[in-house]
Amino acid sequence: MARPEPGSAPARSAAAEPPSPMESTEPEPSGSRPEEEEEEEEEEEEEEEEEDEGALPGPEQPLAAMEDCLAKKMEITVSEAEKRTGRNAMNIQETYTAYLIETRAVESQSEGQCAPVESLWRRYSEFELLRNYLSVTYPHIVVPPLPEKRADFVWHKLSADNMDPDFVERRRIGLENFLLRVASHPVLCQDKIFYAFLMQEGGWKEMVNETGFQLKADSRLKALNATFRVKNPDKRFTELKHYSDELQSVISHLLRVRARVADRLYGVYKVHGNYGRVFSEWSAIEKEMGDGLQSAGHHMDVYAASIDDILEEEEHYADQLKEYLFYAEALRAVCRKHELMQYDLEMAAQDLTSKKQQCEELATGTVRTFSLKGMTSKLFGQETPEQREAKIKVLEEQIQEGEEQLKSKNLEGRDFVKSAWADIERFKEQKNHDLKEALISYAVMQISMCKKGIQVWTNAKECFSKM
Amino acid sequence: MINQYKFEDGPELRDLFITVDDPESHITAIETFITYRVVTKTTRGEFDSSEYEVRRRYQDFLWLKSKLEEAHPTLIIPPLPEKFIMRGMVERFSDEFIETRRKALHKFLNRIADHPTLTFNEDFKIFLIAQAWELSSHKKQGPGLLSRMGQTVRAVASSVRGAVKNRPEMFTEMNNYMETFSQKINLLDKIAHRIYKEERDYCNEMKEYGPIHTLWSASEEAIGDSLRGLAGCIERCCRATERRMAGLSEHLLPMLHEYVLYSEILMGVLKRRDQIQGELDSRVDALANKKTEKDLFSEEIGKLEDKVERANNALKADWDRWKQNMQWDMRSTFTNVAENNLRYYEECLATWESFLASQTVDLHVDEDSEDRP
Repeated sequence: MARPEPGSAPARSAAAEPPSPMESTEPEPSGSRPEEEEEEEEEEEEEEEEEDEGALPGPEQPLAAMEDCLAKKMEITVSEAEKRTGRNAMNIQETYTAYLIETRAVESQSEGQCAPVESLWRRYSEFELLRNYLSVTYPHIVVPPLPEKRADFVWHKLSADNMDPDFVERRRIGLENFLLRVASHPVLCQDKIFYAFLMQEGGWKEMVNETGFQLKADSRLKALNATFRVKNPDKRFTELKHYSDELQSVISHLLRVRARVADRLYGVYKVHGNYGRVFSEWSAIEKEMGDGLQSAGHHMDVYAASIDDILEEEEHYADQLKEYLFYAEALRAVCRKHELMQYDLEMAAQDLTSKKQQCEELATGTVRTFSLKGMTSKLFGQETPEQREAKIKVLEEQIQEGEEQLKSKNLEGRDFVKSAWADIERFKEQKNHDLKEALISYAVMQISMCKKGIQVWTNAKECFSKM
Repeated sequence: MINQYKFEDGPELRDLFITVDDPESHITAIETFITYRVVTKTTRGEFDSSEYEVRRRYQDFLWLKSKLEEAHPTLIIPPLPEKFIMRGMVERFSDEFIETRRKALHKFLNRIADHPTLTFNEDFKIFLIAQAWELSSHKKQGPGLLSRMGQTVRAVASSVRGAVKNRPEMFTEMNNYMETFSQKINLLDKIAHRIYKEERDYCNEMKEYGPIHTLWSASEEAIGDSLRGLAGCIERCCRATERRMAGLSEHLLPMLHEYVLYSEILMGVLKRRDQIQGELDSRVDALANKKTEKDLFSEEIGKLEDKVERANNALKADWDRWKQNMQWDMRSTFTNVAENNLRYYEECLATWESFLASQTVDLHVDEDSEDRP
């Protein structure tokens, strides 16, 4: 199964690839850093950075090379889940589940001396807060998704209850997977808030809120249905948005039907269990046939029971698909961000053009376009030269400001496109690798199911032939 | 005494071969009905010719069955398919219904042919060789409807009298056995139908499941082949499921259904034996009070005693034969079910293994191409 293990799978997928595209496209060569470097140095470098307003916390700071991703330096597990009761923000009693996050530094040359395990408890809402922070702070990154909030796409035997132990267990695995994904991301793994999430139980929420990330969040991004009339979006992003829509739709459909298939398969196996009971009762009145019936019945029971394990394994496969269903949403978010930036850019350019035009008209006295000012001046007489001069001056100031803003917006936009596209390429390779592995694991499960079936029916056949 | 024949006469010993085929529908002003072609090939002396071909309708089979029951009340007459099938709401004249019925009718006649006593029954012979009009006129000759009804009334009346007091232990055991057997076989029949239904529903869902992967592959490049491969596997497994279902409906379901009918037949046979014994017992009781005329009635009692003995022996022999056949049928049919399921899993296994091989080959190819400078 392609379930990431601490420090392995996500990093494995990264390590197996050729050097990250980001390293080659970076304006400042990051180079690969020696492995012996301590984590404190990373933090120091981060503290030295001055983050510009609106600049992306990615391209300007050196990216971690694959070997230096947090995932390689630290074992991270979500090892336990516990039911708790407490008071929430509105002082109402509630029951929730808390998850234990355990971390341990990996010694590069360990000789039986293991670093101590550190741990803290977090609840799902804190994970959500972390993810929101990351999405806002790194809008050009395809941020790994969280496991679903509520159980969806369940087939009838599984509970849709959030407190159900199976659901909690699967969520625990999903949360661990999320942390490993973030820890193996070359950009995200260096984030201080993320590190604090893993290491600092108290005061973390305050720390996140102090970053003021909520203010940076563009409310327009939340409006999922809003469309912006963007004239010149980067075609790649338009295509990517279509792709993410298709991916979302096809995976949802797949998961829905898979749940129904699981239901039916369950039915086939379980009804065979009834044979077991009836054969056993029938064997009581038969002399010669009795033994054969009885033992065949036993095998029917085995057959019926075998479906439970089979379907439990299949749930893991469904979870792998679900992760990419949610990833599609993250992908779309990046595309939307680009659209927004492009929209703002186009609006700013439009505004600048119109101001320039106004200025020109005032300066030359020609009215090329209809304007209210033009009309009023015709009706009420021309302005005085002094008035006109004042207006022109104001406009010229505004135009200069506007041109600078446009320049920086342009730069911003280009930077965004470059670094976003780099992460998208990284994501595509990860996705292809993971999904292919998932499909293979599906085949492996089917093979195991068939082999079990062959074993049971071979035994049953022998019993029947002895009746 | 009934001869003990080998329960499954080998084809070399058989001298009567019957086939039922070629259903044809006939439409008249009053009704629509189906006739079946019955072809008989024989080497027996009692038959003038060696080959006969006649057409019979369901009514004719019903007539034959009742004649046989009449002539041999304590023999186990094979079951006939029912008039209507309520379950599954199969239409009366659908191809599926007609084919199922045809197979059952074929089995019915062959079982009679295999039966050591019934095979020589006169009505059976006429059924096989008489032309339509000949059969009609022969039917009219037999004891009338009223007398047959009278028998039924007497049968009901005597059964109301409850368990026969002098019933030999053997037949009580048979009764107990049949009660349990009947219960179990009915359950098995239901279970088998339920399994068929679940497999059909599973197959239908799979039919929708597979194509989604193909649809997905249209938006993917790198994993497109894998997705299409998976879709192909699901389709092949779907077809394997259909074959698995076909196996059930061809062998297990009809067989279980026949034994459901058999269990009713056997309960009836046991009742009739009890009736015959009841006649003797009630006569004996009635005469116990009349001491003086005992000699006069000894002949009558003697005849009744003979009747009871003949009935008991006939039933005992037929029971043994039936049990052996039942064991054979159960063994061979359930073994067939197991083989069917094995074939299904083996087919699916091969499908998935070949898919897996194709996927891991690709992985190695990719790794090789990366190593190249």
